[in-house]
Amino acid sequence: MSAAQWRRAMNSSAAAAVAARGQSPSAAVHAARPGPATPASTEGASWRWLRSIAGAIGARHVIVLVALLVYPFVATPFFTYQIGAQSLALGLIALSLTFLGGYGGMVSLAQMTIAGFAAYMLAIFGASSNVAISLGWPWWLALVVAVVLATILAAAIGWLSVRTEGIYTIMITLAVGVAFFYLAQQNYTLFNGFQGFSRIAAPTIGELELRQPVPFYFLVLACALAGYFFVKHLIRAPFGIALQGIRDNPRRMHSLGYDVTAHRVGAYAVAGLLAAVGGILMVWYNGRISPGTVGIGAMVNILIVAVLGGMKHPIGAFIGAIVFVLLQNFAIDLVDRERFNLVIGGVFLAIVLFSPDGLLGLWQSLRTRASARFTHRGTSRTHQ
Amino acid sequence: MTTRRMTRGQWGLWLLFGGPVAVFVVWAVSDNPPLFFKTLLNGLTLASLYFLVASGFTLVFGLMRNVNLAHGSLYLFGAYVGWFVGEHTGSWVLAVFAGFLSAALLGLLMQLLVFRHMQGQDLRQTLVTIGLSIVLADLMLWIWGGEIYTFDPPSWIYGSTTLPLINKFPTYRLMVLLASIVIGVGLWLLLARTRIGMMIRAGVDDRGMLAASGVNVQLVFALTFAIGAGLAGLAGVVGGTALSISPGEDTRYLLASLVVVIVGGMGSVVGAAIGALLIGLAEQFGLAYAPTYSVVFTFVIMVVALAFKPRGLMGKAT
Repeated sequence: MSAAQWRRAMNSSAAAAVAARGQSPSAAVHAARPGPATPASTEGASWRWLRSIAGAIGARHVIVLVALLVYPFVATPFFTYQIGAQSLALGLIALSLTFLGGYGGMVSLAQMTIAGFAAYMLAIFGASSNVAISLGWPWWLALVVAVVLATILAAAIGWLSVRTEGIYTIMITLAVGVAFFYLAQQNYTLFNGFQGFSRIAAPTIGELELRQPVPFYFLVLACALAGYFFVKHLIRAPFGIALQGIRDNPRRMHSLGYDVTAHRVGAYAVAGLLAAVGGILMVWYNGRISPGTVGIGAMVNILIVAVLGGMKHPIGAFIGAIVFVLLQNFAIDLVDRERFNLVIGGVFLAIVLFSPDGLLGLWQSLRTRASARFTHRGTSRTHQ
Repeated sequence: MTTRRMTRGQWGLWLLFGGPVAVFVVWAVSDNPPLFFKTLLNGLTLASLYFLVASGFTLVFGLMRNVNLAHGSLYLFGAYVGWFVGEHTGSWVLAVFAGFLSAALLGLLMQLLVFRHMQGQDLRQTLVTIGLSIVLADLMLWIWGGEIYTFDPPSWIYGSTTLPLINKFPTYRLMVLLASIVIGVGLWLLLARTRIGMMIRAGVDDRGMLAASGVNVQLVFALTFAIGAGLAGLAGVVGGTALSISPGEDTRYLLASLVVVIVGGMGSVVGAAIGALLIGLAEQFGLAYAPTYSVVFTFVIMVVALAFKPRGLMGKAT
């Protein structure tokens, strides 16, 4: 883990962002400088230690990647499709929220709305069981149109919600999302009302049937990895650094000459692109789209996934998604099928109350406790 | 000078938005007067319900900066408890009191046990309210099931009244309108004329200063939260009588209060009244004249309000 990343992790908790606004002006200035691509130069003393950590991370990356690649060949089709592919697609949508909330400081509840909108657009422009509404364009054209339209919608929602700040964002995006849900439910001419669209399948390219579990898993994995590394790259690019500066202190960034509104709307558009891709994968996974997919429960689920994993790091979205999907599938064995919401609500409540940084925060605090003991022992040895 | 220019700009806005509305009113009245006036009354009834729910929401936000997304759950909880009491005692008035008290108690508990310990952490509080709303919704579904419940209002407000221009209109809905006006005026009197109201208003303006001048802020917070939650519970019984109660109503009223306070301005009771009037009327007229797009009207009002007054019509710039 590089120093820039480390510093970010120290003050990027979405929950603490408001509280930290006044406390970390220096961090904001550091982050504000465009292109401070000098990792660890400031923390020269711990440089070696950081490099060893970075080496360890690299090894872990390789292990995770290999595990992800081997997974579909050892797991049953149920685990490949229902657990693997679904968690990765859900994680991609949650990743858009992690990017927006963790690095932009704007917690939006409308990410599922954008994903659902992309899915609806795919159904309307592409092929579905409803021939009266679906235009039946070739899948790749419908796909591009759906993603572009959803990104535009995301930018529009962003433009609307950045007019106010902080806690208002969550309210406005919630209102927008619920309004879209009611619109999709009421409107029969465009969204086909309560029934929505069904029989929307992943396409077949040549001999490759993408709807089969293993090919579909690899499709979702490719998209998820692309999204993950895109976000990881973006948060170190000038745009991402400026965005984090705006999160920490918008007024200072404004007086430094940055266009705060444009950066925020841009962040919404980027997050919208990720959510749209996730939404397309989601509709291919489910095969259908109906108002229930974009209901308030689904919108909140994305927030639960992101918070569960932790918004400090992009990987949190995927960890949260895996835990969420596992709970969704196996909590039934522990409790009544009807009581799933109680379980997930309780887990969410416990995380928010006791570990605001999610499972990653829990892991990090355990590790810092362990490493603090380790480094303490190490320094005492050098002193001898 | 500046004021004159401001008024000119405001005139422009009034013309821009009032013009089409006036044209619509003239057309609708000449086209079908009973439909228009009936829709108008329905809209006013809905607006009064929205006002009851949203006034508590806006009060709590204004004072504590706490976006209580479990407000809809309080509405539904009050409605269910009220129904339970009404069913067992046979008294509708008792049901209303039970709805108010149970929701107020729940709100008080939430403030004392949870929110008191995380003051100033807006986002975390909001996340907690989301978690609470999920848990509460599921618990209520567990206890009361998915059935639709209806109240029997007492006979003296049952039936319908004949009004000029409208043939018949349910008496109960007129009573809802009246009751919410009374409650609205009562709330205004409480805020404007009493000592505790003075403290609440002072707290909305400057929390720190209020605490510094020796007021027990925690007590004011707890009281406000109880009143806000109680109003939601009361609205639950009143609204449940006018319509019905079932799972999912919590979301509906949460959305309504969100949009009402976004339009009206957070923390302002007058703003809540104006917002509720706009949204209630827009929803009913939308349902009557353009059924598949009625949500769009609500949404357009919100977008326009945000575009011109990001802090709401009555919101203060902070």
